[in-house]
Formats: sequence, structure tokens, C-alpha cells
Amino acid sequence: MKKHYQGKVWKFGRDVDTDVIIAARYLTSIEPEVLAENCLEVADPEFPKQVKEGDIIVAEENFGCGSSREHAPLAIIGTKAGAVIAKSFARIFYRNAVNLALPVVICPEAVDAVQKGDELELDLDAGEVRLPKSGQVFKVQPMPDFMAQLFAAGGLVPYTRKRLEEMGRV
Amino acid sequence: MGMTLAEKLIAKHAGKDTVVPGEFVTAKVDIVMANDVTAPAAIRVFNKGLDAKEVFDRERVALCSSHFTPNKDIASAEMAKVMRDFAKAQSIKYYFEVGRGGVEHVVLPEKGIVLPGDLIVGGDSHTCTYGALGAFASGFGSTDVGCAMATGDVWLRVPETIRIVVKGKFLPWVGAKDLVLHVIGRIGDDGALYQALQWEGETIEDLSISGRLTISNMAIEAGGKAGLMIPDQKTIDYCNERKTREFTPQYPDADATYFRTIEVDVSALEPTISCPMLPSNTRTISQVAGQELDQIYIGSCTNGRLEDLRLAASVLKGRQTAIRTIVVPGSQEVWMQANAEGILQTFAEAGCVVSTPGCGACLGGYMGVLGKDERCLSTTNRNYVGRMGHPEAKVWLANPAIAAAAAVAGKITHPDDLGPIEEMAV
Repeated sequence: MKKHYQGKVWKFGRDVDTDVIIAARYLTSIEPEVLAENCLEVADPEFPKQVKEGDIIVAEENFGCGSSREHAPLAIIGTKAGAVIAKSFARIFYRNAVNLALPVVICPEAVDAVQKGDELELDLDAGEVRLPKSGQVFKVQPMPDFMAQLFAAGGLVPYTRKRLEEMGRV
Repeated sequence: MGMTLAEKLIAKHAGKDTVVPGEFVTAKVDIVMANDVTAPAAIRVFNKGLDAKEVFDRERVALCSSHFTPNKDIASAEMAKVMRDFAKAQSIKYYFEVGRGGVEHVVLPEKGIVLPGDLIVGGDSHTCTYGALGAFASGFGSTDVGCAMATGDVWLRVPETIRIVVKGKFLPWVGAKDLVLHVIGRIGDDGALYQALQWEGETIEDLSISGRLTISNMAIEAGGKAGLMIPDQKTIDYCNERKTREFTPQYPDADATYFRTIEVDVSALEPTISCPMLPSNTRTISQVAGQELDQIYIGSCTNGRLEDLRLAASVLKGRQTAIRTIVVPGSQEVWMQANAEGILQTFAEAGCVVSTPGCGACLGGYMGVLGKDERCLSTTNRNYVGRMGHPEAKVWLANPAIAAAAAVAGKITHPDDLGPIEEMAV
């Protein structure tokens, strides 16, 4: 499991909903690479075209509100962005991201400190977000133990596979 | 220590005497549901991710064609086919084909598939609708759905509960939709984040099951995990008339601990409208009357039931729409009953188009998608940027009577201000 991320910041506002992350008209695919082509295009048209592997999405409160569509975290995974840091996440998005092992980090101070284009580091082992340009270091809100274990296992599919094997169901 | 309804339901399904908010449990599920948009990714998880062979119980999985069906294009036809083929291969008992179902959240309660005391995992955020029957029902992503189809259980964080106590009688043309929009306006789009809502009080008791489903449906628009109501005689009678199996209702303990209690008196509540671009952006009708519109949309899992269509038709009867108006019955059963009562004829005579049951344009799928700068008043649940089509289109949310009155006037109008019904030209 990758624990260290470094990349450029793409910054978004509050209540970024799943229709903005990936609009319903694109839900005719479940392939991350296809969904990535239109990911967050309404909020920032440059994002899907210019996002680079390892870049970090930073947002205000309630990121991912709205639909249960797993296409939203899948689209972000498809862009190869490394992680999402927000002041808070909507419940289903947060859960879906952990199930898919997409790093989702709650760190309000970091959100206030960074601007679009900043270089940012996320160190999940240390539980820190680091902003090299100012030397600031921010502690992330720890994930509950169960979810941290799920994330460390690589998400819900590997976790469930192991359970099914133990039950003799695969 | 006493438990809230959400805690009682989760404890029962986790095989525990008590649970407390913040605790993580694995809970058995009664029904796993998915639709044509969320099922394909869940089926990929089931088949390829897990290599699972059989669903945990073929009578406990419900698959419903609703979002892009009858299919709008080749890609959506192939998604629906993935679900259809899976349903056949797994002999899924509750598979709803076009012409048999409609929107899952209208279909599953009316067919007695979701029942009081249940715990339901649904691959759609509006799964919280079933909370109106006293079931713990919540929306999940496709990975959760795929895993739950294999294991018959799900991991859950026990949510805190916000209790909403509602009193008073509604004014004319005001009802369940206005109440839920009003509360979302008060607490915000994330006012119930990670939490369950528990609706109670005399006003909730007076509501029909249809109205209760409308309220529970929109728990998610406040960020909520569930929108629960305490089963009463109305709930039991409704479910006994259609149940597919026996059920055991659960009730909150008298000494339960709530995260907070919100009191609402609806006596003076006006028709309430969510303005663009968030459900929480609510105004009373007197604040927004006169707003010009291009389209009216009546339907969805929020307001696509028979009672909703009856209400809209009562306003439209003998009148003519001034702007294009699309009516989408929530299910095949609603369509047939509305047809039998002459309601569909009323809509057609008023100049509305009546579409096939399904989710239609609520999520910008098809059958009424909006162009740039177009303005729509809709009985649906979301008015986010781009929700019903073009990102620069605007959506207002309201109850079916307000939608019907706006259809006649071409702008937001209180039904009492429509004026007399004119004689139809022959």
C-alpha cells in the first residue's frame, strides 16, 4: 500500500457533489480511465486535461455529497491523482473511497493553507500533510481503526475475499 | 442504556444486545439492491474481484432497471444487459425488467420487498427512502453492494441519531415535501453527516405512507445515513397488504440518547422551494413567486407515487399548461393506477407529456434533459450544478401541487393564485 504522496494541488470549494465529480450522462462506463476524461470538468475544466499522476485534490467541506455512484471515486482513481484532502467528506463518497483504497484525508488546516498549484506532500505513515513552500506541517485527523485496517488491506475487495475464503465460499 | 431506532435495528442485525454510536459492526442484511447504473460495477466486483459463485440468497437480492431504461443508447443498453444476464444466471427472484418495475424506491415498498425491522444495503443514495417503513436502509457504492451480494452482510459505523419532532397541521398545498425541504434548509446539506434522522410527532403520524416515503427519501440531501420513522398501525397495515415475507418491527427505547433534537411546527409553513444550486437553498413561495420557468418535471423516487400524481392532476384538471411539462410515474403500478383513475388523461388534456416509469431526467439521464440557461421546476430531490443536464441550467425543487401550478402559469405561482378554470376550447 502506497503511503507517501507528492504532487501539485488542485483546489475546489465546498459541497462538490458527485454530479460535478462525474455527471450522470457519463455513467455508461465503469472504467476508471474513461470516467477520468470528464472528472471534475464543471468545477475546473483544466483538471481532467492537465492533472498529473500523484497530484492532490484539496477541497472544502462535504466533498462528494449526493449520489452513491462509485463512478466518482473511480473517476478520480482514473485521473491518477494520488489523494483527496478535505475539511470533511460526504458519507457515501468517503466510504466508497476507503473501500477502493483511494486515500481520503480530513485536514482542515491544510485546506486553508494551500492554493491551486502548490506542491504538497501527504505522508500517511506519519499522519501529516506538508507544505514545502512555507515549511508548514499539518496533522491529519486519524481514520477510525476499522477503516484504517480496511484501507491497509487494499480495500473491501481483498478484505472480503479473505473472509469468503475463510467461509469456504470461493 | 436505551437505544434509538437506528441503534436497535443495527444491534439486531449485528447479533448484539447493544451498540453505541461510533462503534463498527458487521451486520446481516435483509435485502441487497442495485440498479442499471450501480449493478454493473457491483457485478464486476462479485465476479472478478471476489470470484464469488453464488449470491448469498437469491430471494434477498433486488435488481431494478430504472435509470437509463428503456435504454437511451448502446452503452446504457449494454449496462442493462450486464444486470439482466446476472439476474438470469443467479436466478435472482426480484429482478424488475422494463414494464415490470420503475424507480426502485417506488417499486420495493409497493411490492412488499422492504419491510419494517429490515436492514437494507442499496446501490443508490436514495435507498434511505425505506426508512419510512422502519427499516435501516442506506445508500452504498457498488463495491459494498458486490461484497454484500456475496456475504449477506456489511460493515457499518453506528451513526448518532438526530431526532426531529414535528407538530402542527399543514396549510393547504403544503405537505411532506415542504417539510423535508424546510428541515434541509435549516440544518444544511451536511447537517446530518454520518448521522441518522429519526422523524416523529403528530404531523408524521398524520401523514400517509406515501408522504412519509417522500420525507425519508431526502435524508441523504442533508448528508444523512438513514431517515427513519417509527412503525405504527398505518405502517403495519400497508406492509401486511403486500409483504413478501414475515417481519418484526423495531422501536426506539424511551430512554434512548439522541445527538440532538430538532422541533418543527408546520402550522405556518408555506410551500417551500429549493432554489439553485443546492437543496438547502430554500425559500418560501412568497419569496420566489413570479420566477419564470421553461420546463416542469413531475416524478422521481421523491414524488412519483400515485398520491403525488393525484395532487398534481387536481391542479391541472380543466387547465392548460403554459410551458412544457413532463410527468413520469414512479412505477408500472403507479402508471396503471393513474391510468385507471383517468389521471393520465387529465395530464394529457392539460398538454403534459406522460413518460414511461423510471428515473428519467431527474439525474439528467434522458426524457427531459435541460439545455444551457434553461430553468426547470422539478418535484425531484437534487438541484446541483448539471444535475438535470447542462451545467448552466437551473433547477428549483418543490411539491407536486406547486409544480402543477407553475406549469399552468409558466412561473412559480401559489395554486390559490391561479384564477378560475377557463372553459376548454372545443
